[in-house]
Amino acid sequence: MTAPPTAPALLRVRDLRTYFVTEHGRGTARAVDDVSFDLYPGETLGIVGESGCGKTVTSLSILRLVPEPPGHILPGSLIEFEGRNLLALPAPELRAVRGNQIAMIFQEPMTSLNPVFTVGDQIAEAAIIHQRLSRSAARARAIEMLGLVGIPDPEESVDHYPHQLSGGMRQRVMIAMALVCHPKVLIADEPTTALDVTIQAQILELLDRLQSELGMAVLLITHDLGVVAGHADRVVVMYAGRVVEQATTDELFERPTHPYTEGLLAAVPRIDAPRERLHAIPGQVPAATAWPTGCRFHPRCPYAWDKCVAQEPPLLDTGTAGHAARCWLVTEPERRQAKR
Amino acid sequence: MTLGTWFVLFVALILAAEAVRALRQRTLARERWRRFFRHRTTSWGLSILTFFVIIAVAAPFVAPFDPNAQLDIVRLKNVGPSWTFILGTDVLSRDVWSRIVWGARVSLRVATLGALVAVALGTLVGAAAGYYRRWVDGVLMRGVDVGLALPRIFILLMAVALWDGLPFTVLVLLIGLTSWFGTSRLVRAEVLSLRGRDFVVAARALGAGDGRVIFRHVLPNAAAPIIVSAALSVGNVLLLEASLSFLGIGVPPPWPSWGNMIADGATSLYNAPWTTLFPGLAISLVVMSLNAVADGLREALDPREDAA
Repeated sequence: MTAPPTAPALLRVRDLRTYFVTEHGRGTARAVDDVSFDLYPGETLGIVGESGCGKTVTSLSILRLVPEPPGHILPGSLIEFEGRNLLALPAPELRAVRGNQIAMIFQEPMTSLNPVFTVGDQIAEAAIIHQRLSRSAARARAIEMLGLVGIPDPEESVDHYPHQLSGGMRQRVMIAMALVCHPKVLIADEPTTALDVTIQAQILELLDRLQSELGMAVLLITHDLGVVAGHADRVVVMYAGRVVEQATTDELFERPTHPYTEGLLAAVPRIDAPRERLHAIPGQVPAATAWPTGCRFHPRCPYAWDKCVAQEPPLLDTGTAGHAARCWLVTEPERRQAKR
Repeated sequence: MTLGTWFVLFVALILAAEAVRALRQRTLARERWRRFFRHRTTSWGLSILTFFVIIAVAAPFVAPFDPNAQLDIVRLKNVGPSWTFILGTDVLSRDVWSRIVWGARVSLRVATLGALVAVALGTLVGAAAGYYRRWVDGVLMRGVDVGLALPRIFILLMAVALWDGLPFTVLVLLIGLTSWFGTSRLVRAEVLSLRGRDFVVAARALGAGDGRVIFRHVLPNAAAPIIVSAALSVGNVLLLEASLSFLGIGVPPPWPSWGNMIADGATSLYNAPWTTLFPGLAISLVVMSLNAVADGLREALDPREDAA
């Protein structure tokens, strides 16, 4: 998959701004600041970035799950799902979308299940809410889902409590919960971060398999470029609340354009290269209450020059279809060479 | 006391102790119950409560006399404890033990029903305030502040002034409606900490409405403190009922409640102390038992002890 799909987008995010008012109203954290991207039917879109760059807030904003207060999505933002703006939807209609057409799985399988109910009850919940299934039908559905996500002995596991299951099994349960109603979009917010590596691979394979079986689009949020390389069709790189680069996965790994993407790629240990000191991007993501002026990456950027401090670049087309980067280097590529 | 009532009393005592012992034996294998019975006071408390519940339920068989019968107003007035009247008689020559037995019915019923109303209301208000926050929280919690600041006796006296002869249900409702403030604060605090938890957000992401989220995901996880507070508020309501009855605005006489009995005996505190001592003792025993049981519940339900 090299060119972006041509079908109309399933989910369109435009100019999304989610701000948080900090304690005592002393400042505003601009956690997500003008983010736009499209999600096409059946594809996997990866959203990558360090902690604190706005990935999770973006995903929560889509289903309007940002805690309010202190957070709020600014007017002017648009999240369009099948032609309807989710941000303007009245509460009952929004609930009909949640879990039914757009579902979500969370980072922490250990805390994302209700400790006082059996996993069967929790998987059945969405089916009871959206499809008005009877208790027994919902239970049968829960057993079927447990089988689908590869939990051994579904008939028995359905009556287990979350604390009786391991982290990997709980994440499978979370996936089963999310997929009960066959959603068109699955938002997976760092679904494997809390799991160990072998389980990670299993869970991601499971997601891939279910995606092709159920034909849904997946928004895969992660900080792990390895995960993106193996599972995403296209990638959006976020930094400091902004999209800094977007491209197809192959393109991004071959020709990273934004210095931040470059840095992220260099920070991945490689098995096929001579062993040397692992590259790290100097510094850290600045506080969301005080993003730097100009390009928000300039304090950490090895190429930065005065223009970067003065003026923030827009997302500039790199010339390859669907590949854009928020960096002045696109207009002055010779500066990259000079530095090397 | 006849031989029959002695026998029934004896059976009630054995039954209460045995029931608790059997429960303890049976459940010892389970971690939570073991924690519940960790302290001996919990077993004692539970036994005492069971005993009072048994005699309240079996009142007609346990009480040797009609609790309201004035046996012999001239010769049997303020008689001290004896084999016939184990706890003596009161100023109107009524048998104190019989009145305590029947009074247990009245007092325990007022206490549990009143506490039930209070805890239910406190839970609802606390859950609404903690879950919706913003103005809902502001309005409800300022209301609670006002409720805590108003002297309860004053409100109840007003109600009594408006009502001629307070019906039982009204009394229970009034007690319940003026005792929920503490519970609501407690529940609000619990809900505030639970509402942002991952599984609550996950439930909302599944499309669960507010009611479902509150009643299925938030409140069951706040059950432990609510149950403990319920046990404690039964004791508080019992004390409140006693003081109301002492002031003459509780359970209407001649029906005995433990508070009524203390009020009746107060005039002869010097020459017949048993008429006030024993109902007072009954109140203290039940309240202390409830506190002991609440402590046991707290230990049993404490999630910090549930470490995997």
